[in-house]
Amino acid sequence: MIWTFIRRHPRIAIGGSLMAILVALSLLAPLIAPYDPLKLNVSQRLKPPGEVYWFGTDAYGRDVLSRTLWGGQISLVIAAAVAVLSTVVGTFIGLLAGYFRAMDAIVMRVMDGLMAIPGILLAVAMLSLSKASVQTVVIAITIPEIPRVVRLVRAVVLSLREQTFVSGAVAAGSRVPRILFRHILPNAMTPIIVQATYIAASAVLIEAYLGFLGVGTPPEVPSWGNIIAEGRNFIMLAIWSVLFPGLFLGTMVLAINILGDGVRDMLDPRIAKRI
Amino acid sequence: MIGYILRRILMTIPVMLTVAVVVFLLLHLSPGDPAAIIAGDHATTEDIERIRVSLGFDKPLLTQFTIWMGQLLQGDLGVSVFNKVPVWELIAQRVEPTLALAGTTMTFAVLVAVPIGIIAAWKAGTWIDHVIMGIAVLAFSAPVFLIGYGLVYQFARTWRLLPVQGYTPFADDFTGFWRHLILPAITLGLVFAALLARMTRSTMLDVLNEDYIRTARAKGLAPMPVLLRHALKNASVPIVTTIGLGIALLIGGVVVTESVFAIPGIGRLTIEAVTQRDYPIIQGVILVASFVYVLINLAIDLAYAFLDPRIRY
Repeated sequence: MIWTFIRRHPRIAIGGSLMAILVALSLLAPLIAPYDPLKLNVSQRLKPPGEVYWFGTDAYGRDVLSRTLWGGQISLVIAAAVAVLSTVVGTFIGLLAGYFRAMDAIVMRVMDGLMAIPGILLAVAMLSLSKASVQTVVIAITIPEIPRVVRLVRAVVLSLREQTFVSGAVAAGSRVPRILFRHILPNAMTPIIVQATYIAASAVLIEAYLGFLGVGTPPEVPSWGNIIAEGRNFIMLAIWSVLFPGLFLGTMVLAINILGDGVRDMLDPRIAKRI
Repeated sequence: MIGYILRRILMTIPVMLTVAVVVFLLLHLSPGDPAAIIAGDHATTEDIERIRVSLGFDKPLLTQFTIWMGQLLQGDLGVSVFNKVPVWELIAQRVEPTLALAGTTMTFAVLVAVPIGIIAAWKAGTWIDHVIMGIAVLAFSAPVFLIGYGLVYQFARTWRLLPVQGYTPFADDFTGFWRHLILPAITLGLVFAALLARMTRSTMLDVLNEDYIRTARAKGLAPMPVLLRHALKNASVPIVTTIGLGIALLIGGVVVTESVFAIPGIGRLTIEAVTQRDYPIIQGVILVASFVYVLINLAIDLAYAFLDPRIRY
């Protein structure tokens, strides 16, 4: 049973298990992290990886392994929050824009405008105006992602609303919310789920980029982004303080992307046959 | 034809207007007093008041917006809070490194990605396709700074072939210009090429499934002419369109890459403005970047209206 699934969907198996390992490591950080991620220890600063500190220590003598594990929690929370928020909001707007012709033109021009602003610049601008916190980072990453979901959902709704089962529901006297959420939304779920996984992957990356640029979560909240941001100042002395969190980060993004491809192929066999 | 061109040009107006409104509202909808935010943590009440009056925050929101839009339409992006230099001038001073990096990256990425994407689509389902797409997923999942520092470590620190970071203006030193650009362009180019290769492959696959491709093959044409003359010609419109849409991602990547390699371009200007809370500069950069993006995509769409007789909306 399981083996047939793995053989048929190797990407879900590979991406899913890679992701599960990283999520487990992050969630278990309170139990398995050898040291306190925030504890300064000046006598042990910039120690290369070895038996005591597997991933070495950073410029303040903090254990990079512990910080990387704890940082995973923050990065993953941000990624999940961005994926859920942007999908829910984007789906709602997309359903309305696709179903009501009167709203469509206005909403889509606004979305075109939002998409014309490079996402990272928009996020940087928003964060430069607010106190750094996990919530503000989530909002700053979410808003540039919303138009992509809206476009996708709207396109699906436009094709679905001409289908007979929708006109049937209309003829039977169903109210609009029922048509949208009971008839159209379930049929649009496949592309939405696939899109949500890709958004999660890009959110992990963008969180790191924002941290790297110095506008991410505050220093007392270690995420992969700001661990790397602090490590980059000492990169020529201690490449490990950037390398290890960077590798965790890259592997996480890779895992989610592979998983996303796998889910797409599983849920939509028509594309799978070609790809 | 003329109708289409006019309509396509008119469509950019609401888009740019949205950009302007978003950029304007960002400052005013963010929690807290914008004058206090710009003044910083150590400002006195008088400092804040002075900034409020000098930036016009004491006027009603709608009045502020009309004044700001009026200046914008005359090409006035405002003045830097920090050193009182017009934002236009600051952007102009920093534009060369950014254009050089973006242009080189784009050229490198297109030259690598399009042929690779075509090969992957042609060999879809074989091990060649799997290897190419595997590498592509790997490349666009990798953080830009990880690739960047990796390349610096190998090529600049260990082999000492290229400079670690920095930028040399084109006019100063031709070889120095290129030597400084190679690593940043490859860094960003790898990520961007991976994205483009994926898009190229899926567009080519759509075209390769068309009836006329089967007909061309069935009548015994060699694979190469089928691929290039029949398939690529038809796939080129969507491929170039996706490249155009990808420019927003490229601009984001440029900001990060400039930071990795300490290139004094628009991205660095933005980050410096963020640390100095110089909001007019941030506004200006976003407006210019979005305007460039909209113009490039307009140019692409219009070019195709001339080249492809099927496009008539």
